[in-house]
Amino acid sequence: MRFLPLTDADRADMLKAIGAASVEDLFCDVPASARQKGPLPLPEGLSEMEVERRLSTMASRNLTPGDVPCFLGAGAYRHHIPAAIDQLLLRGEFLTAYTPYQPEVSQGTLQYLFEFQTQVAMITGMEVANASLYDGATASAEAALMAARVTKRDKILLSGGLHPHYREVTATQARFTHLKVEALAPDPFGIEDLMGRIDAQTACVIVQLPGFFGHLKDYSALAKTCEAQGALLVVAVTEPVALGLIKPPGAMGADIVIGDGASLGVGLNFGGPGLGLMAVREKYVRQMPGRLIGETVDADGKRGWVLTLSTREQHIRREKATSNICTNSGLCALAFSMHMTFLGEAGFTNLAKLNHARAVQLAERLGALKGVKVLAGSFFNEFAVQLPKPATPVVEAMAARRILAGVPVSRFYPSWPELENVMLIAATETVTDEDMDALIEGLQGVLS
Amino acid sequence: MTVLRFTNEHEWISFDNGTATVGITDYAAHQLGDIVFIELPEIGKSLAKGGQAAVVESVKAASEVYSPASGTVTAINQAIADQPGQVNESPEGEGWFYKMSLSTPGELSGLMDKDAYEAYLKTLDH
Amino acid sequence: MSMNSFTGNRALVIEEPLIFEQGEPQRSGVDLPQAPEIADRLGGLERQGAIGLPGLAEPECVRHYTRLSQKNFGIDTGFYPLGSCTMKHNPRLNEKAARLPGFSGVHPLQPASTVQGALEAISLLGRWLMDLTGMPAIAMSPAAGAHGELCGLMAIRAAHEDRGDARQIVLVPESAHGTNPATATLCGYQVVSIPANEKGRVDLAALKAKLDNKVAALMLTNPNTCGLFESEILEIASAVKAAGAYFYCDGANFNAIVGRVKVADLGIDAMHINLHKTFSTPHGGGGPGAGPVVLSERLKAYAPVPFVRTGENGLELVEHCLGDGEKSFGRMKGFHGQFGVMIRSLAYILSMGGNGLWQASSDAVLNANYLLARLSVELTPSFPDGPCMHEALFDDRFLKDTGVTTLDFAKAMIDEGFHPMTMYFPLVVHGALLMEPTETESKQTLDLYVDTLLSLARKAKAGGAADDFKAAPRMTPRRRLDETRAARSPVLRWKASE
Repeated sequence: MRFLPLTDADRADMLKAIGAASVEDLFCDVPASARQKGPLPLPEGLSEMEVERRLSTMASRNLTPGDVPCFLGAGAYRHHIPAAIDQLLLRGEFLTAYTPYQPEVSQGTLQYLFEFQTQVAMITGMEVANASLYDGATASAEAALMAARVTKRDKILLSGGLHPHYREVTATQARFTHLKVEALAPDPFGIEDLMGRIDAQTACVIVQLPGFFGHLKDYSALAKTCEAQGALLVVAVTEPVALGLIKPPGAMGADIVIGDGASLGVGLNFGGPGLGLMAVREKYVRQMPGRLIGETVDADGKRGWVLTLSTREQHIRREKATSNICTNSGLCALAFSMHMTFLGEAGFTNLAKLNHARAVQLAERLGALKGVKVLAGSFFNEFAVQLPKPATPVVEAMAARRILAGVPVSRFYPSWPELENVMLIAATETVTDEDMDALIEGLQGVLS
Repeated sequence: MTVLRFTNEHEWISFDNGTATVGITDYAAHQLGDIVFIELPEIGKSLAKGGQAAVVESVKAASEVYSPASGTVTAINQAIADQPGQVNESPEGEGWFYKMSLSTPGELSGLMDKDAYEAYLKTLDH
Repeated sequence: MSMNSFTGNRALVIEEPLIFEQGEPQRSGVDLPQAPEIADRLGGLERQGAIGLPGLAEPECVRHYTRLSQKNFGIDTGFYPLGSCTMKHNPRLNEKAARLPGFSGVHPLQPASTVQGALEAISLLGRWLMDLTGMPAIAMSPAAGAHGELCGLMAIRAAHEDRGDARQIVLVPESAHGTNPATATLCGYQVVSIPANEKGRVDLAALKAKLDNKVAALMLTNPNTCGLFESEILEIASAVKAAGAYFYCDGANFNAIVGRVKVADLGIDAMHINLHKTFSTPHGGGGPGAGPVVLSERLKAYAPVPFVRTGENGLELVEHCLGDGEKSFGRMKGFHGQFGVMIRSLAYILSMGGNGLWQASSDAVLNANYLLARLSVELTPSFPDGPCMHEALFDDRFLKDTGVTTLDFAKAMIDEGFHPMTMYFPLVVHGALLMEPTETESKQTLDLYVDTLLSLARKAKAGGAADDFKAAPRMTPRRRLDETRAARSPVLRWKASE
């Protein structure tokens, strides 16, 4: 087996040094009744060539965006990733390192995470960010728990414009703790009233920017209401590219910003791994979950970085920790950070402009289709449209024409018949004029 | 006259004319190592004997400070919250944690005096 | 000879400033097409003012990250015996497979008919993990070990509540990893600790004394964090079951027993499997991982969404449980889990096959026992009376009165070209040194490691070397870092100087 260096001669020598007759003897503590009897019910091992062939065949059974036009978003966005990023990610010193517990031999990881924390804080307009969580949905649950610790309250108000997975994961977490979730109805028109529902029990309100249905809203007034009531405002960002163009949540008065960074550097990967982002006001940092990197000096007085404020974490605080998270999304944070570095201020801003321009063009063309209505007045690179017939069969029929046209909202909200005809549609920089032509032509056929 | 008493959990309490001052012992400060963060109780908070009063953190550990007596917090030492290293420098002096008015002064009789605490330290495995 | 250079660089180790200290705002490492002219639809929400990001050209970016990588120790660099972390070789075929465009490029919300290959991959990996453990059900969405623990405890709590039996307590051994008590709290439980016996195992009598109708579950790591198999696990399981509680097994150390122990026969109700440990996916400097959870028949109905099943038109993804009889506790992760990590593990299992996995756990245990046997000459094993599993535990008695601590000893290993073992964990022994060699290390590597540690131990014991140890490491890009300073006045981001 190509991954196993020991030879039979080695094994014999080692058993002798140990003083055991066989490897079986080393398993003497395992009760006889629990030992595996007979061969494992798994196939024989394969050569590299054979594994590759098998998995390539499996992968080829998927319809791959890029091979076909793709207008899917709803929390996962297709962007071009510069070629150098993946090659750098494969460097073994990044790829095969553990969490940087030994800072003297982990300055590479620690420095890129410090840079990542800074980039996330900058684009969200917040003071500090952590070194990542699992994904945006779990970050939402962590934000709810954090807000409850900060405010010593238990009511969590979820906007109807928040991604349904974020809502569901937060509700699941709440069910098993003392938190009480109040989730507003899905809000495709962006008209919900959150302010009237904030009271003296509210720990936080969680909203999204751009909203799940596309709307761009200034949450400054909501932030003021939260502050007056002693609640925290949590703003979720599922598409961080938007922050290259729009007012950041920090400038609106957000207390906590969460989101998913997979748009930058990470890629789609059928939705996982994601990259959980969390940025907060500095005064709340001791209630923040997740790892934090801090600057310090070494024994020679040279600048360096370490994991810090670890007493918040499970390996020290155990049952009193801010979270149980241990392994997070280190390599995805590196991918994100690299992509931000490669883009820089000019590239990030231009990328955002290009996304928005593509989406505006798409909205104009869709709006001209008979029976199709764009629901959001303002948006970034994604918006909801009302179709003249149920969205799911439309999307299926378009897929049969090898076009990934959009995401039916009923996939998230199957119990809401009024959303049956609503579809989310996104256009990033990867969408070409030809893709748009194909989409419009396809929809004309399918909707007629 | 000032009465000085110690707990098994390495807090000290000095009591004089109705007001008590609480801190952690020299032994505790040494065991914790460099203290980096202290969370003090709020003024006005009522504490029960043995209940959690404060949290002391070093780089690798977080420890709770339990109130040696029942009563109400009347003052906190903001200086140690700003400069936690002061507790390492002077745990039984300027590094005090909080002052309290005692609700049950009789509780102090159950605590150790200086000699008893030193004898207790000798029984601990270093 | 002076070790100081004009630049501060030392040949291959090159000082590298933060990206924020480099570049020009107008420079970029990415060329983009010109955006078409449009009337914006931002609703007046444009960003005002610059973000402050630096701009670097592609060659500068590439050099930045290459230099950072050279300040890191990975498995590819050298021996990385970090206990309970299973730092085994990460096959590069895994990476190639995960990057097949048909896997890496698919969107999570495509219609099921267009992602049959992706659903097959999840389903097949799940099938094999069930086969390897003998367990009847699996939840594939948890993102890491601790997330898997949360999944297991949520299923357990949902099952108790379904019977109208609200229980409050989760029992956790003293030797447990910190995630176990932290997870129990996140699931709304109180944690009660149970002691270990002198053999490093759960004290069965103490466990039984604490088992009553308030106890919801026992969380037990097996093999445990002392590197030992819980030899009374069957008795533990039946006591837990008799009390009406569930048995959660932390599978962080599954690498020791893959293919050798049938988990289902241990009486376990739920166990997470760290794909980033046992199934060879890279740790990536702290993730991403994946923590699928196998479940018993008693817990099967409470598994989270989504899951893959076979429907009329092939494989389908069940994302909601809406029916009356549905008991799933709901969703705990966005989309469908750590798909990219699953593909890597699938490539690994295909490569290893049943026999290979069996040989891997055998070699992992053999390697650990070899370290235990050879190092016991100078170091002090915590539990010398029998074999260990995949990791060997020592304590700091061999350093008594030398002035050298476990930390100093570990730092001295760095200058010798080894990554330190896990230190000061588990908490049940003093100054712990926990070493996990894994099966992908050769005898030659282990011998050099052992000889190095024996020599360091002799040096410490000979006396007068404490200052030398305390000055280690000397040859690293940075020497010991001031963690107190970092924590007392935290600097958590770069800021432009005024």
